[in-house]
Amino acid sequence: MQLTLEFGGGLELLCESVKVHNVNVDLPKGAEKLTMRDLLSWVRTNLIKERPEMFMKGESVRPGVLVLVNDCDWELSGQLDTTLEEKDVVVFISTLHGG
Amino acid sequence: MEADTKPKKYGPRLCCICNQRRAALKRPKTLEQICKECFYEVFEEEIHQVIMENQLFKPGERIAIGASGGKDSTVLAYVLSELNRRHNYGLDLFLLSVDEGITGYRDDSLETVKRNELQYGLPLKIVSYKDLYGWTMDEIVKMIGLKNNCTFCGVFRRQALDRGAALLKVDKVATGHNADDIAETVLLNILRGDIARLSRCTSITTGEDGPIPRCKPFKYTYEKEIVMYAYFKKLDYFSTECIYSPNAYRGFAREFIKDLERIRPRAILDIIKSGENFRISTSTKMPEQGTCERCGYISSQKWCKACVLLEGLNRGLPKLGIGRSRGLNSDVKKDIKQGGGTESIESKQCGSLDF
Repeated sequence: MQLTLEFGGGLELLCESVKVHNVNVDLPKGAEKLTMRDLLSWVRTNLIKERPEMFMKGESVRPGVLVLVNDCDWELSGQLDTTLEEKDVVVFISTLHGG
Repeated sequence: MEADTKPKKYGPRLCCICNQRRAALKRPKTLEQICKECFYEVFEEEIHQVIMENQLFKPGERIAIGASGGKDSTVLAYVLSELNRRHNYGLDLFLLSVDEGITGYRDDSLETVKRNELQYGLPLKIVSYKDLYGWTMDEIVKMIGLKNNCTFCGVFRRQALDRGAALLKVDKVATGHNADDIAETVLLNILRGDIARLSRCTSITTGEDGPIPRCKPFKYTYEKEIVMYAYFKKLDYFSTECIYSPNAYRGFAREFIKDLERIRPRAILDIIKSGENFRISTSTKMPEQGTCERCGYISSQKWCKACVLLEGLNRGLPKLGIGRSRGLNSDVKKDIKQGGGTESIESKQCGSLDF
């Protein structure tokens, strides 16, 4: 599945300072849909190069990291259970860096 | 209405204010689901209400916005200049930045502030540690290492902002401290037993007895909304952690606040409320405010903290003024009348957030 992932607010530093990643993510074996839960574990394995604890806590993002799917707060679409579709844009922004 | 992105699975969820457009975020304060346009409106309007209810500004005043190039001060500069126009506040707004002299951090963020100067049409003044004190943070760290460097930086920044404000001849400094910052500081001050700061840190305006008061128009504004606002409006801000500041202690408080927010977003406002409700008993001795004999800055001691630290640096004794004040002030204090209890309430510095 083709997705565009964007990292901001300092999170880009965890993936070699690249903000926008066009990626191809395979569905987990036997699954029919790709959820944000799947995507996060994929991101952690494939994109995050350092300090993963700055990005994730447990199976979700670290509190203080905002997530938007197609410019919509993921708190409106079910957070980890949000299902993703072809060409979706997922944005991660840290609020934890200095103001 | 739903032209920009795919409506699909989020289609039915409409903004609970206008009931027309697709909701774009959930407000932490109210849990309402609202669209971008209504969000801009309520976000700006709430800040306007806070400004009016607390009489933060008077017509004709000159106001400096403490600008770091980060998200909070960038959004503050944008929103204040917008509200100033819209509601005819009659304010002269300025951007005021402090250049600590940290290569790879502040030099980059100052570039952001310089762009903001052009984007918002606000005159910018930069004051540097090098000019004010003769030392950059890079030089200080080279001399003292990575221990206590945040003490130097915090003490120097506070004064630098005041000195910059005096140069700009402003009546007040507005800072971008948000609700999350303040809740975090309430917790920290309780944990440290810092009574003097606990009673001050929730005030929306501080230093009214001093030369230049400071105010926090974002006192009730959630960090999430500030970041969402900056993101949706595509505001240009800088986000890199200071290279010298691990700041672990504040980090723990910060993480705890964010954990609480996830469970119950109101917790942030509740902690601010609790902080406000602390009553400091009148028998608690608070430090008496005087002026520094050396530079004239406000100080509860003979010399202000910045002068003590600077003396240490210049004499090659950088430990002077760190921790319990053994060095200079305690020597001179014996000469002057007993400070009586001021020591124990003396505030400790922490990173870039001073209240």
